Amino acid sequence: MASLLGVTASPPSTSVPGPRDDGRGRRGTLQSRSHAHGDDVGRHAQRRRRLAGIGAASLPLLLGGCQLPTFYGYRGQTSQAHDEFLLYAGTVIAAIVVGVITGGLILWSVVRYRRRSDAMPRQFQYHIPLEIFYTAVPIVIVLVLFGFTVFTENKVDNVSPTPAVAVKVTAFQWGWRFDYTNQHVFVQGVRTDNPDPVGLNGNTCTASAPTPNDCLGPGLVLPVGQTVRITLVSNDVVHGFYVPQFNFSRYALPGVTNRFDFNVARSGIYRAQCTQLCGLYHAQMFFHVVALPPAQFDAWVTGSQPQPDQSSVAQPGTASAAGTAGTSGRSASGARSAGASGSSAAPSSTVAGASSGTTPTGPASTAPPASNSARTTPSTASTAP
Amino acid sequence: MTLLQHRPPAGASDHPEHAEHHDEPTFVVKWLTSTDHKVIGINYMITAMVMFYLSGFMALLMRVQLSSPSGIGMSLQTYNELFTMHGSLMLYLFAGPFAFGGLANYIVPMQVGAPDMAFPRLNAFSYWLYLTGSITMLLGFLTSTGAAAFGWVAYAPLSTSAYSPGPGADLWIISLFLTGFSAVFTGVNLVATIFYLRAPGMTMWRLPIFTWNMLVTALLILIAFPVLTAAMVFLWTDRHLGTHIYSVAGGGVPVLYQNLFWFFGHPEVYILALPYFGVATEIIPVFSRKPVFGYKGLVFATIAIAALSTGVWAHHMFTTGTVLLPFFSLLSLLIAVPTGVKFFNWIGTMWRGQISFKTPMLFCVGFLLAFLMGGLTGVMLASPPIDFATHDTYFVVAHFHQVLFGTTVFAGFAGLYFWYPKMFGRMLHDGLGKAHFWTMFVGFWLTYLPQYVLGLHGMPRRVATYPAGLGWASLNVASTVGAFIIGLSFLIMLVNLWVSWRNPVPAGDNPWDGHGLEWFASSPPVHHNFEKLPPIRSERPTWDYNHPDARTIAHGHGTADYELVGAGARGASGAGDGTTDA
Repeated sequence: MASLLGVTASPPSTSVPGPRDDGRGRRGTLQSRSHAHGDDVGRHAQRRRRLAGIGAASLPLLLGGCQLPTFYGYRGQTSQAHDEFLLYAGTVIAAIVVGVITGGLILWSVVRYRRRSDAMPRQFQYHIPLEIFYTAVPIVIVLVLFGFTVFTENKVDNVSPTPAVAVKVTAFQWGWRFDYTNQHVFVQGVRTDNPDPVGLNGNTCTASAPTPNDCLGPGLVLPVGQTVRITLVSNDVVHGFYVPQFNFSRYALPGVTNRFDFNVARSGIYRAQCTQLCGLYHAQMFFHVVALPPAQFDAWVTGSQPQPDQSSVAQPGTASAAGTAGTSGRSASGARSAGASGSSAAPSSTVAGASSGTTPTGPASTAPPASNSARTTPSTASTAP
Repeated sequence: MTLLQHRPPAGASDHPEHAEHHDEPTFVVKWLTSTDHKVIGINYMITAMVMFYLSGFMALLMRVQLSSPSGIGMSLQTYNELFTMHGSLMLYLFAGPFAFGGLANYIVPMQVGAPDMAFPRLNAFSYWLYLTGSITMLLGFLTSTGAAAFGWVAYAPLSTSAYSPGPGADLWIISLFLTGFSAVFTGVNLVATIFYLRAPGMTMWRLPIFTWNMLVTALLILIAFPVLTAAMVFLWTDRHLGTHIYSVAGGGVPVLYQNLFWFFGHPEVYILALPYFGVATEIIPVFSRKPVFGYKGLVFATIAIAALSTGVWAHHMFTTGTVLLPFFSLLSLLIAVPTGVKFFNWIGTMWRGQISFKTPMLFCVGFLLAFLMGGLTGVMLASPPIDFATHDTYFVVAHFHQVLFGTTVFAGFAGLYFWYPKMFGRMLHDGLGKAHFWTMFVGFWLTYLPQYVLGLHGMPRRVATYPAGLGWASLNVASTVGAFIIGLSFLIMLVNLWVSWRNPVPAGDNPWDGHGLEWFASSPPVHHNFEKLPPIRSERPTWDYNHPDARTIAHGHGTADYELVGAGARGASGAGDGTTDA
């Protein structure tokens, strides 16, 4: 199993105490694997999870979850992502079978029927039963695949009527704003190389992430084990909200409000990025997800968790080299109008008001994302190549 | 068709003044003024090849930039322009025009036994629209704000004047007007030619598969391209006339652009692919010395692909959250069925054949393997949850390059190697051709396999830089090396063309023992193609004529076309005994 796991590229942070086993019977993530190597406890936990996985009425019962190689994909850090992974792995296996058979027939023909003589081969052209066979079999394959697809997509796209946390994500050129609708907190950042301070267990992000580059851009802080509702909008052009390890992307479309749920399975730092071309700085429109245990998440929301000193976190070299000035601001913003969801115009005035809150962090946090001036803040403009 | 039989055979020896009248001017004047489908076809192919080499050069520049995480210092704007123009040139100005403007223009009239396209002047007009459209697009590089930089799909509102000001974007839009009309006119021309200019005996069920595919492609062009032109008109009026069709602020709907674009865009994929399927289906039987297996099934599969392709556009929009996922997923998955049928037709054609691996056949085998991989990953992407995980990543980039490179380049250059002797009366060097193939084949897999892995690890497309330390750099270097190997292979191709030009090896009229009527004409063909035609009793009349002892497989109801048609006909001599397999 370890060899199978080795193919995955960037394992997330290990050594994170917290609910590794979320009771959903999901297993085989990178994290649990790393534990399985060393200690019996991890191995037992693994076995428990495997049993639970078999018991779960999840789609590819036969595929079992853990024994599947990753095929270079991510096993997924949310329950939705794991469902997607099972579909992905099953489809890859089916594709390999079909590809080996078809490719084998091609290569066999090429090798076996090389020209060996000048004899004219028999001039046959039709074989109706065979033709019916190779039309019908793909139809069956496709319909089976379609069944699994619908089953999985219903689970992935399912939105809970009672999410525990609701976050409104606003994409703009070239940054993100995360509004915690019920907690009156927001995080906002322009494309930035300045790591967001929030990490795991009171550490900074860079200290708790696998690589410092997993911390680029503003941090979307989420609780583990709870249903999180993301409401996704865009202020200007089309953006792509994409978290690779959540196996999920969704467009932030101007004029459209998209809603989806995450049930994050494990705490960790997950790199994320805009995937839909959105203009000049598209390549730098990063963000990252900080998945915290519920207690730590609550502490972060209420601001009681001691925040690392920003000046010690900021890396002047990288920040000034990139010249970008994004940052995160968080504040109790009682002034904001709660009814603004779905509006394409973010409440810029409340953003400005919010910046007078607990941790004012710089000019960029006051840039109203809705207006053109957001794209021409002095800090951003100074970075034009 | 009755009219055709009364038509005096063009270019016939008993009408010397007629032939004289149509004698071509030479060189530049000929290229500028000709309405001959063969000259226009070659014009198209040369222009498309120039676009291909330009676009390939842009791809190499991008690969150099991506060979290290922070790049080689190329500006973001330059990079965005490069991938926009790379995609636009390849898709709008190379792949399509090379097939339906170049190969089809040249081959289809010959395969149906016609002297020219149905509307020769319209044909010339199409070419000039295409050429001016191509130049228009490239002119963007000369503007102070640079060429268009919003990707070849030009999603609104990024492509509106607020976010993409400057004339580069306008030139890009105007270019799509021009080439869009060019494609529509060519589509009309092909449909009219295939329906009305078939030679006596050439029933629909005796059309070669290439011509069938071009007919279906032309119909798809007529369905899809007007929608693109409409979308571009809307975009232009949004930019310049103050309309708000795609802007939220004025009550417009940005996602409408995506719907319109992909309603064109997915049929467009098959507009690009079907002609090359046809090319492969012409070549594989010839070099297997067998008729194409499952001819009618193949035709139905082609029609099914075209029909389904008009109902799958929103699989490009799964992640918009605005489309009915199961419907578009099912239709997209179903396209795998007729595509699979095609694969088994190709395999069945090779089965128990006597396959000789000349350069065109090698390229076709490369096409089969490349398209197999691209097709299988396409089936995966037709599943919305998998698309969620890979949308807009390098997984998609690798997928569509394997499909489009596999078809337009592997099969396209198979067609070039195959028909070049017919067009110019001289051979391309087989050894150099094989060197071209193997270099390209190795480069192809080395370029695109790492991109699948990059995509699965989350590397988005259209990024000029990427974070270091994520393990992406080595995969990108591999991809870059592969791209340069592909580039090398096309230098070999140029050498091959040069060698054939300087040291011509005469090809003869029928170097491959070909099947279609085009191999009955001289190489290169005379002005109006044929002085005589063989009897047409199957989809491979020339082969039947040359192999009177072999069993003729007849299609359709027509039977006794023993006579050579046209002036100078040699009568029924050696034209077979008329046996059919009825």
